[in-house]
Amino acid sequence: MTAQVITVTSGKGGVGKTTAVANLATALAMDGKRVVCIDGDIGLRNLDVVMGLENRIVYDIVDVIEGRCKLKQAMIRDKKYPEMYLIPAAQTRDKNAVSPSDMVRICNDLKPDSDFIIIDSPAGIERGFRNAIAAADKVLVVTNPEVSAVRDADRVVGILESEEKSNSSLILNRLNPVLVKNNDMLSAEDVLDLLGIPLIGIVPEDENVIIGSNKGAPVVTDAKSRAGQAFRNIAKRLQGQDVPFMDLDSQNGLWSAIQRLTGRK
Amino acid sequence: MNFFTRKKSATNAKERLQLVLVHDRTDLTPAQLEALKDDLLKAISKYIEIDPDAVQIGLERDGRSQRLVADIPLRSVTRNRAG
Repeated sequence: MTAQVITVTSGKGGVGKTTAVANLATALAMDGKRVVCIDGDIGLRNLDVVMGLENRIVYDIVDVIEGRCKLKQAMIRDKKYPEMYLIPAAQTRDKNAVSPSDMVRICNDLKPDSDFIIIDSPAGIERGFRNAIAAADKVLVVTNPEVSAVRDADRVVGILESEEKSNSSLILNRLNPVLVKNNDMLSAEDVLDLLGIPLIGIVPEDENVIIGSNKGAPVVTDAKSRAGQAFRNIAKRLQGQDVPFMDLDSQNGLWSAIQRLTGRK
Repeated sequence: MNFFTRKKSATNAKERLQLVLVHDRTDLTPAQLEALKDDLLKAISKYIEIDPDAVQIGLERDGRSQRLVADIPLRSVTRNRAG
């Protein structure tokens, strides 16, 4: 078995890419999968703190590329899940230290010994983004239900199409069911209609996400969190399981609308 | 503001995004679309008589693809013959 390479991207910053990577990777590791996360945001390293691994970094991805260490030496083992690793970004370099072919080579080296490689893309549509999608088998586009995030997500989806990376699906993050109910927030149905790509998950707004990153313990480890449940469901879908979408705030109208749109029942 | 008459903001957001996305995807500004419309009407008018005020030309979305849709009513010539 060779690993599936999944890149998480968004166009706009601050929509929850890094949170999504940390949570999906942890959820996959909880399911017994061998996971390697790669922080693709060279110069703005973040995935390490969200995962609680910042004190363990010795080498980073640029050290691997420039031959200062072996790939294994830059792989930081998770505290809780021994089959999960992080390859951190370099903090004092810029994105030009990495090329798309470097990313492809690193992913190819990792593939034989992992099940999932999850790449955290930087915001934007430039070099760092190009590096992040170079090796991707599947791209997850994260957006929030607001005009700026949806517009940027559409740009990203357009670029992915022109690069023939058509295997992309949408994570709608930070949806507030009460605002949607009052018609003061774009609904999942609205966003799907606008963007025209398949949905892989809706993550409700949840204060436990911030609490989790404060502690360096992704929210999926919190069994009671709604956002955690949503990320665990996405992780199951990435493994090919057919998991029904959550009933957000018991709004049957929204729920059935989503089911209609995605053809799930 | 009256609760019952307030247009809810999500509807507003969706309508604005629909317009913006079509222009983003086609890389065509509203001004360029107007110029295209004028050129198209000039070209068609060389061959057949049309009513410029009744013409409707716009961009429509169909999933992730865009199409230019034109509805151009022709002025009837049979009317003259029948006269």
